[in-house]
Amino acid sequence: MTAATGPRPRHLLDFQDWSAERLSALLDNADTMSQVLDRPVKKVPALQGLSVCTAFFENSTRTRISFELAARRMSADVVSFAAGGSSVSKGESIRDTIEVLTSYKVDAFVVRHASAGAAHLVARYSGKPVINAGDGRRAHPTQALLDAYTIRREFGSLEGKTVAIIGDVRHSRVARSNAELLPKLGARVVLCGPATLLPRELAADGVTLTTDAREAVRGADAVMALRLQQERMDAGYVGSLQDYAAQYQVNETLLSYAPDHAIVMHPGPMNRDVEISSDAADGPRSRILQQVENGQAVRMSTLYHLLVGRA
Amino acid sequence: MKASILSAEEMRRALTRIAHEILERNKGAQNLALIGVHTRGIPIAARLAAKLQELEGVAVPLGRLDITLYRDDLSEIARQPIIRETEVPFDLARRRVILVDDVLYTGRTVRAALDALIDLGRPEGIQLAVLIDRGHRELPIRADYVGKNLPTAKTELVKVRLEETDGTDSVELWDIDELRNDGLRAEQ
Repeated sequence: MTAATGPRPRHLLDFQDWSAERLSALLDNADTMSQVLDRPVKKVPALQGLSVCTAFFENSTRTRISFELAARRMSADVVSFAAGGSSVSKGESIRDTIEVLTSYKVDAFVVRHASAGAAHLVARYSGKPVINAGDGRRAHPTQALLDAYTIRREFGSLEGKTVAIIGDVRHSRVARSNAELLPKLGARVVLCGPATLLPRELAADGVTLTTDAREAVRGADAVMALRLQQERMDAGYVGSLQDYAAQYQVNETLLSYAPDHAIVMHPGPMNRDVEISSDAADGPRSRILQQVENGQAVRMSTLYHLLVGRA
Repeated sequence: MKASILSAEEMRRALTRIAHEILERNKGAQNLALIGVHTRGIPIAARLAAKLQELEGVAVPLGRLDITLYRDDLSEIARQPIIRETEVPFDLARRRVILVDDVLYTGRTVRAALDALIDLGRPEGIQLAVLIDRGHRELPIRADYVGKNLPTAKTELVKVRLEETDGTDSVELWDIDELRNDGLRAEQ
């Protein structure tokens, strides 16, 4: 149990307002949420009477389902907004959309948007607590939290652990959020990818960069592969899939350079045999499905931290 | 402090009497389980289990319950949303569960504990044991076993200390204002 001091953050947009103590408390509570998910009645009344709107201006079925189930298991009502089938495609602005949804007395928003800063806008326009479920390449804090939680469950603590994140770092909000979160919790992050996909400005306290994947996994307790999208080839960031895979694919050959205890992670959805081989994704080191499972508990805990007692 | 309510010796006797009452009412210790409510219900439940073991030679299973997610009075939680461990390592079906807490006051904690317990399974029955019943119920809830009935004013505070959590066994009655001035944390 960790005591957290200072005011409770109102939003989870990134980790700027979140102290290490508060983040640890959130992860501690995720343990309780995991226990709830193992029970015959997978639901608690903690957020009864509140309604949560998942506003997804960019499509993501997996993340949306995870948040919606998390909210329902906390007894909140859920209203789901997806840009594809809405007035946004008719040109309604994000501001108008959020103001209309706020008029329905929604108590909190979970926002996914292709543009960096969109969740901040929703926070300003709605006046309600907002959870950023991914804004452009800027941040995806609950993904980083579930990654941290998965590593913590595996090793008991994040203190002194090393996490290698390999792939298209440049376009990855997952890499950025992990690089922000994990050092706060005492872990080291090694970001790795081809020089074209590895922005130098991400180097910071507790965050190092390398273009050498073998060097990155040496001493790593967790190895995380990032999704490489086809369009990066078209834009000339990488030569060919074969070249990329030969140097950066997380597979048994690369993992032979990692410690025996190192686990394999991936934020999903996977491009099998591009950034990760099937033997690594399905092998005994893989915690990829545990990440998905842990995501629900971490999101329950996040909703609880932001909303309980604030109705 | 206004008054000393129970000494260590009196607390021991009260818990021994409760253990006897539990055995009498349930005709033994078969199919019983004890579940303590965080924080001080847990050591009290453990002490009752030890007494039942001593008196009947039966190991009554022990559990612990955190009711944070079931509360309806959220101001305290809002300040510090910390949830503690719930651990009920046995099947509740066909067991008579004795819920254990230190002080019975408004009844809201017990209401939350009943909901939490029922979500974990379907016990044959639930009984309630408390060290102190201080009155002022806000819900139709009563205890089956009471260490001591203590008439109180709402401006008073019942401070239970236990060896396991506080290093000493005692129950004291305080004025809330007096406690604040002493810089002690209000418990009840």
